[in-house]
Amino acid sequence: MTNVLVCIKRVPDSSSDVVLTDDAQAVDGRYAGFTVSPHENCAVELAVQIAAATGGEATVVTLGSEEAVEQLRGVLALGCTAATHIVADAPTYGPADVARELAAVVRDHEAAGRSHDLVLLGNDAADSGDFQVGIRLAYELGRPVVTGIATVEVTQEAGVDVAVARGEGPTGQDTYRLPLPAVVTVLEGGVEPRYPTVSGRMKAKKIEIEQRQPAGTPGGAKRVRLFLPPAVPSQVTVLGEGPDAAPAVVGLLAELGVTR
Amino acid sequence: MIIVLVELDEESAEVSREALTFARSLSAAGGGVPIDAVVVGDASADEVADLGRYAVREVHRVGGDAFAAYSAAAWAAAVLEVQRAKGSVVVMAGGTNRGTEVMAHVAARAGAAMAANVVAFNGLAPFTVNRQVMGGAVLEEMLLDERPAVFTVAGHAVEATPADAATTPAVVDVTPTVPEADLVARVASTEPRPQGEGSSLKTAKVVVGAGRGAGGPEGFGAVSELADLLGGSLGVSRVVTSLGWRPHHEQVGQTGTRISPDLYIPCGISGAIQHWAGCASSKVILAINTDAEAPMVTKATYAVIGDMHEVVPAINEALKG
Ligand SMILES: Cc1cc2nc3c(=O)[nH]c(=O)nc-3n(C[C@H](O)[C@H](O)[C@H](O)COP(=O)(O)OP(=O)(O)OC[C@H]3O[C@@H](n4cnc5c(N)ncnc54)[C@H](O)[C@@H]3O)c2cc1C
Ligand SMILES: Nc1ncnc2c1ncn2[C@@H]1O[C@H](COP(=O)(O)O)[C@@H](O)[C@H]1O
Repeated sequence: MTNVLVCIKRVPDSSSDVVLTDDAQAVDGRYAGFTVSPHENCAVELAVQIAAATGGEATVVTLGSEEAVEQLRGVLALGCTAATHIVADAPTYGPADVARELAAVVRDHEAAGRSHDLVLLGNDAADSGDFQVGIRLAYELGRPVVTGIATVEVTQEAGVDVAVARGEGPTGQDTYRLPLPAVVTVLEGGVEPRYPTVSGRMKAKKIEIEQRQPAGTPGGAKRVRLFLPPAVPSQVTVLGEGPDAAPAVVGLLAELGVTR
Repeated sequence: MIIVLVELDEESAEVSREALTFARSLSAAGGGVPIDAVVVGDASADEVADLGRYAVREVHRVGGDAFAAYSAAAWAAAVLEVQRAKGSVVVMAGGTNRGTEVMAHVAARAGAAMAANVVAFNGLAPFTVNRQVMGGAVLEEMLLDERPAVFTVAGHAVEATPADAATTPAVVDVTPTVPEADLVARVASTEPRPQGEGSSLKTAKVVVGAGRGAGGPEGFGAVSELADLLGGSLGVSRVVTSLGWRPHHEQVGQTGTRISPDLYIPCGISGAIQHWAGCASSKVILAINTDAEAPMVTKATYAVIGDMHEVVPAINEALKG
């Protein structure tokens, strides 16, 4: 039985134009809406699969504003059966602060008899992209960690639960075998996240979300400000329209020296 | 002193050279502080000479049983051993998967902040950097006021340029003692990548891209042929992988691969910022799209306005003929 904790973050949807908040400390998602990163959606899918395969529990946790409950409900609808919400203003938390808060949740749950044998996170958050919360969390908990993982399974080896994690390395697919408890960060691409079902949504509504206050005072993000890169005016040269443009294209390819 | 973690594998070597180029401008701004490289494994004489072309003073060559297989924690332990011995104030790496992973371990162990995907530095005192967030759609100015300052340089944000005068780096062999705990999360085995998959996309000189405009899983014949004719690789948008038309390892973008070919030919790709994040450092972009107002077209160097299912076969015929 493997109990999995999956960490998600409410982030502004960046599919359309990006707008910054007036204090230039965050991306304003009020117009575009909010979502969860594709990496984390894959982490959720793995959490649900592993819990189902081992008869364990999949719990979701986030540190975020009151509104982040929307993302927690979304994940509960996918098959997680418990949720913890650390209510806090995420942009004022640096990655070390978030890791400390997540570690406090793991420790408190453990003290209450609920273990989180495997903690899954995204490789990087879609907004702040710090690439480090998972690693810092592992150091907080004194657990081994691997990052950039596409698939994870839990097997038993000599009576010990081992997470077999696979991801792309520089020369091929790397396999890690981590004795649990462990921390793994997930990259999109290894599993297909499921869609919520109606019954899943109904079940999710009934689950009581554990709300908690931050355990400590944040040291803060080292952010001075956010700014948008200058817009580059279009300098496109249109070579033509439709198939008639082919000779012009071939001329360009020859000029660039890429034809064989 | 500045320490740069240098990765020698084919896929990461260029990004490491970019990081060394960035380090040189930082060194110059700091009045010529020396740059040392940390490499794990048997750096050859040629590889050491290459580091000399990037003005590296000393190469700390890390070896020993603990480094036979990759473990980020062990690599970080080695980097920190050199950092402490030398009292260096900056520790950095290229923004590859491993470079970023090792720097995050270094920062966590040293109790310092870490800035991922840095593109420029602003001031030295205090030390602030600009880094890409939201896949490059937004920049963050970030303060790195702890020592060591730890960061990675965004892949292909700077061009690798050798120094005016090369050095002959001294090679120092280091064999750090690594506690067992740092070896738990170690690569147990590696399945070598099939020829022409994944990796070639990162290093390809020409990439032909295809997005939703391909229309379906059978819509990739002509673009694949064009990629073959140009000796290049096929890259796709996230819509294409999400719909299961092509495998994820072909995806270009924020949650896929970052490419930097001499020529990128995106066909039927709108150019959403998350896709742009992965292809912005292409030297030349030739967009093929039915929509003259698509962001990919307005940001491209060249464009053909038209249906990719007509334009690409015509290009292929012209190339063959
Ligand atoms: C956090 C996050 C991460 C993401 N990561 C990535 C990523 O890594 N990579 C990525 O690509 N996307 C990523 N996305 C998704 C991204 O926002 C876009 O949805 C996606 O890139 C759009 O793919 P597309 O251009 O193929 O499709 P569309 O946006 O639908 O564009 C299709 C284009 O094809 C043109 N077209 C249609 N038919 C034809 C035809 N017959 N001939 C020529 N042109 C035609 C249309 O004019 C249009 O411009 C991410 C999104 C999020 C939120
Ligand atoms: N506020 C948060 N709440 C819960 N999980 C988070 C939070 N911020 C980051 N994470 C997790 O840590 C991963 C890496 O984030 P980062 O290091 O900020 O790029 C994310 O993909 C999430 O899984």
